[in-house]
Amino acid sequence: MKRKTISKGLTYLFIVLLGIALLFPILYMVMASFKTNNEIFGSTAILPERFTFEYYVKGWAGNGQFTYWTFFANTFTLVIPVVLLTVVSCTIVAYGFARFNFKSKNVLFTILLATLMLPNTVIIIPRYMLFNKFGWIDTYLPFYVPALLGCYPFFIYQMVQFMRSIPMDLDEAAYIDGCGTFRTLITILMPLLKPAMFSAGLLQFTWTYNNYFDTLIYINSASKYPVSLAMRMTLDAESVVEWGKVMAMACVVVLPLVILFFSAQKYFVEGITAGGVKG
Amino acid sequence: MQTTKERTGKRLSIPRDKQGFLYVLPWLIGFLILQLYPFITSLYYSFCDYSILSEARFIGFDNYVKLFTRDREFWPAMFATLRFTAMTVPGKLILALIVALLMNQKIRGINLIRTIYYIPSLFGGSVAVCALWKLMFNDKGVINAFLQSLGIPTLSWLGSPDIAMTTICLMEIWQFGSSMILFLAALKNVPQHLYEAAEIDGAGKIRTFFHITIPQISPIILFNLLMQLIQALQNFTSAMVITRGGPVKSTYVLGLKLYMDGFSNYKMGYASATSWIIFTVILFATLLLMRSSSAWVHYDDNGGN
Repeated sequence: MKRKTISKGLTYLFIVLLGIALLFPILYMVMASFKTNNEIFGSTAILPERFTFEYYVKGWAGNGQFTYWTFFANTFTLVIPVVLLTVVSCTIVAYGFARFNFKSKNVLFTILLATLMLPNTVIIIPRYMLFNKFGWIDTYLPFYVPALLGCYPFFIYQMVQFMRSIPMDLDEAAYIDGCGTFRTLITILMPLLKPAMFSAGLLQFTWTYNNYFDTLIYINSASKYPVSLAMRMTLDAESVVEWGKVMAMACVVVLPLVILFFSAQKYFVEGITAGGVKG
Repeated sequence: MQTTKERTGKRLSIPRDKQGFLYVLPWLIGFLILQLYPFITSLYYSFCDYSILSEARFIGFDNYVKLFTRDREFWPAMFATLRFTAMTVPGKLILALIVALLMNQKIRGINLIRTIYYIPSLFGGSVAVCALWKLMFNDKGVINAFLQSLGIPTLSWLGSPDIAMTTICLMEIWQFGSSMILFLAALKNVPQHLYEAAEIDGAGKIRTFFHITIPQISPIILFNLLMQLIQALQNFTSAMVITRGGPVKSTYVLGLKLYMDGFSNYKMGYASATSWIIFTVILFATLLLMRSSSAWVHYDDNGGN
């Protein structure tokens, strides 16, 4: 019995220590946002000498031409449609796969599963050239269109799995009542799919929000920068980096994710376990 | 009744099962235009001399030959990529598994712990976190300040070609949250009676772990391995933002080389060749894993998982 208590105690100790180590960088980020470079370098002090929002104000001002108001507005203009389009298109496509037996279904579903493992790297150059030809560079269309066309096999797969757990009897009953297939999806299945849709939306939100590579190649003008590119600009702007400012903006940029996570944790966990996740 | 029948008849002008195809159609269009076409085209481009301004000109294997024999960046980049993968994938998975195992014991506050441990993973490869890493691991940053106050010799975390890659990998490993959540879910699904049977048979903790726990969660281990591997071999952001591939190209991974060749120097054909090499490595690793899986991945007879 005693040994058990000790081992349990050690477990807790390990968990707490690891937790502190994991959260330390984030704590440090918040604290550094109040510090001058002199306070930051060569010092082990965690707490800043004073709490002023000076760096938040300075950082928010952006590059003088555009402020973080613009960058956040851009970010949400980019991310929110992507999330909505992804959720809607993936639900509709998943409905097709989960509920019907058309001729080429099995072949197509196998292809869908194969694309789960298709690395983005290998298609990015022709995709870029294609979007370039369409004149979509420096717009958000390279983000919207793949979302509209359900180019996120991961979410489709996840939604198919979820739909399969809903009894087909519900659909049958709706058909008997005279519902068409689309109305069956909207009125019967959608309400049940809400949690799965929400989970997929949350994951897509964080991925798109954090995505740096795609924004880097598709967006050129500062007026259209989302926060990922704006952060990079703040970091590179001056020869002597004012770190307080960079950390202040880093805090502001990650804040929406943290808020979202704490208000919808359950859905995050469900989204990840529903089929696995990258990242 | 009459109206219902009429309406049903009208709706069913296309047989119901065939309507399924219509729902799948958006994806099919997306697949053909945004996945299949680029996939094939990038293979073609990889055999071409192609910049954004000029038309693609077929040059056979020249790009590949140049990459393999004359490009001084290529082999170091390949090595850096493999090194990154070899450190982050096992690092992440082992840490995730250890934490999940600890949490799977009957301890209190699992939800809170899971929440806290997942927070770093929220930020993915975001620029904000890369900036933070750059600051903390600066030569005069907080990490070295701590080491100094403890009397431990400081390291040039991002300035030394030997250490910079490890520093970047630390950030990647720090974000083990999703793997942890997957492992935890898998561990919770291991039937309790198996553990009870093992205990009755007098199996120790270590034996139980290797003979019951690991086989039972092996499908999730495989899934995690595959996903992390595919992702790690394509890594870009941390190398780009934290070190820009330096110092002395020690963190110049293939993903970064692809970006530089393609989107900085507009050598699209050349970059496509690099992308196909990355793809081949991924494919090879995936096939190898899948092949090996029959030996170590355990699937329930009832098809669970």
